[in-house]
Amino acid sequence: MRILLVEDDAEVARFVKKGLQEAGHTVEHAANGRDGLFLAASEGFDVLVLDRMLPGGVDGVRLVETLRGQGNRSPVLFLSALTAVDERVKGLKAGGDDYLTKPFAFAELLARVEALGRRPSAEVPTTRLKVADLELDLLSRTVTRGGRKIDVQPREFRLLEHLMRHAGQVVTRTMLLEKVWDYHFDPQTNVIDVHVSRLRHKLDKGFDKPLIQTVRNAGYMIRAQ
Amino acid sequence: MRRGAPALPPVTASLAQLPLIGLLRSASGRFALLFTALFAASATAAAMVLWWNTAGALDRQTDAAIRADATALMERRADAGLMALVPAIIDRLALDVQNEALYLLLGPERQILAGNLDTWPAEANADQPWIRMPLLRDGAESEARLLRVELGDGHRLLVGRDVAEKLRLRALLSEGLAWAAASSALIAVLGAWMLRRALEDRLAPVYGTAAAIGGGDLSRRVPLSDRQDEFDRLGMTMNAMLDRIAQLMEGVRGVSDAIAHDLRTPIARARAKLEESLDSAADEEALRAAVEQGIADLDDIARVFKAVLRIAEVEAGARRAAFAPLDLAPMLADAAELYGAAAEALDQALTAELPESLPLVGDRDLLLQAVANLLDNALKFNPAGGRVLIQAQQVAGLAEVTVADEGPGLSPDDRGRVGERFFRTDAARTTPGSGLGLSLVRAVVALHGGEVVLEDTYPGATPPGLRVTLRLPLGTVPEGTGSTAA
Repeated sequence: MRILLVEDDAEVARFVKKGLQEAGHTVEHAANGRDGLFLAASEGFDVLVLDRMLPGGVDGVRLVETLRGQGNRSPVLFLSALTAVDERVKGLKAGGDDYLTKPFAFAELLARVEALGRRPSAEVPTTRLKVADLELDLLSRTVTRGGRKIDVQPREFRLLEHLMRHAGQVVTRTMLLEKVWDYHFDPQTNVIDVHVSRLRHKLDKGFDKPLIQTVRNAGYMIRAQ
Repeated sequence: MRRGAPALPPVTASLAQLPLIGLLRSASGRFALLFTALFAASATAAAMVLWWNTAGALDRQTDAAIRADATALMERRADAGLMALVPAIIDRLALDVQNEALYLLLGPERQILAGNLDTWPAEANADQPWIRMPLLRDGAESEARLLRVELGDGHRLLVGRDVAEKLRLRALLSEGLAWAAASSALIAVLGAWMLRRALEDRLAPVYGTAAAIGGGDLSRRVPLSDRQDEFDRLGMTMNAMLDRIAQLMEGVRGVSDAIAHDLRTPIARARAKLEESLDSAADEEALRAAVEQGIADLDDIARVFKAVLRIAEVEAGARRAAFAPLDLAPMLADAAELYGAAAEALDQALTAELPESLPLVGDRDLLLQAVANLLDNALKFNPAGGRVLIQAQQVAGLAEVTVADEGPGLSPDDRGRVGERFFRTDAARTTPGSGLGLSLVRAVVALHGGEVVLEDTYPGATPPGLRVTLRLPLGTVPEGTGSTAA
């Protein structure tokens, strides 16, 4: 993917750029909002990673508002040292698609960037999701694996749906909390792991190949082996 | 009244040096001057009305009498001819007991035909028919008011009154008014001075307090009288504002205390571990493990930092703008479902007893976080095989949310302290956690105007367990909902 990173802190920028490049992406970097806006407006990017506070008169929110005003729909991930809940709301309202607070684990950033870049297009409504022999019917809300019906609870269904929509991508625990439960804070108890392992148990019982994998220090991924 | 107020502009000094400019510069002085001016204007108006209604009325009365007399004489002439005026005038003079009437009828040769004036006065030749002239009668100086009537054929008539009596009355009235003006001026000045004093006396404590606070003493408050007047309202508003500022300062102080005390410790620990492994790690694998541990420590520090900032944010009350109507029941059901699986994994049982619906006005994210913190705590302190109960109900205008566990509970001493930041019971020191969970719960509930009640789940039993109840007012939608907080 082509990614634009607008970040004024040189060390963070270097670290993020290197990490994204190692993951196989092309990264352009701008150190202030003005240059970032110029690059974003003149070239096409799959994902924009913007610091919320930037020097040079154009901060992250202004940048996104300007781009959206020009009809640019590139997905935007905000990076911010501002933790106030309202800041997240403000960022999303301005046209951002996701919000990540500093400090962050690189794995979290990468997972979110890839999720944004390969977002399933909303224009094509899907009624069935399929990974290997696992099938999810969004209309009848049923799960089958190898033709055998698997009983899941409504929340487990949504959890599985999210994992399958991002099949082949890492989904972090925080992303699951945000997207499946709409929780925007980190509980102390590792609640997500328990739900995932329950789901995994239901899906894999009687089958050789486990479908949901744990990605160390990052999260989970569902993938056809 | 100006003790400890060096920052105040030297009002008193300039007042002493330049009284008038000082008076104009001070608001109370201007009020006093305005008061004086209004008072003087009303006194003047009263005097003018009085004059118009007394002296003026006398003049008008005299003129009317003269005009009526002249009109009557003209009618007589029209009825009975010019010469009939002579006996008419003589009759009138004879009937005038007060000796006020003045007449003079002059023939074409300027000869006097009738009347009690000796000569035709020079003033009577003016264009104006109405004449006012000095008069000498019986050796006494007086004043006459006369109306000249041209009768044709050179005949002329003067009809008038001696107004000496009226003049005396007028002089008396003028004197009275002058006294009244002098005394009302005195009262105005006195009143202005008193008004100014009263204003300054009421305002002095307000600016005394403001100056003391400006000087750094945030504990000062404006003293209030029990009159509940405008000044007390000003004082109350100021005090409410000061309480708010003190609360915000407290929040800031809390954050800096927390940073100073409880963030340095884990930072020092992480640093020591990294340094030690740098010096003495046996192989690369050990070094890698140490770095990973260092990152985990940093994440913990960041988490604590975030929690401290969140508590400060909540305590500052800035989040009230995000209040919206919500239904607590499905929210709690969600939380119970989320934590239910975790409880099972810990060999505990989480039961939820929730109503169909429990509407409330509040901040969804914060309430959820508060409940999540309670559930985190319950699972953390509950023994294996223990039960956790989450309950909610509406009781007398309050939403009550209860989380009860079967853990070690809290001693009555600790109960008072658990809301303090970073307070952890001795028993809890060995378990992971920052000691900020209940602080946040307290702050969130306080933001919603509610209270937190800590009790034993099973009073008297060992272990007693902990039962935390959040009592939340159902609330109303605050003004400005939907707008983002500035």
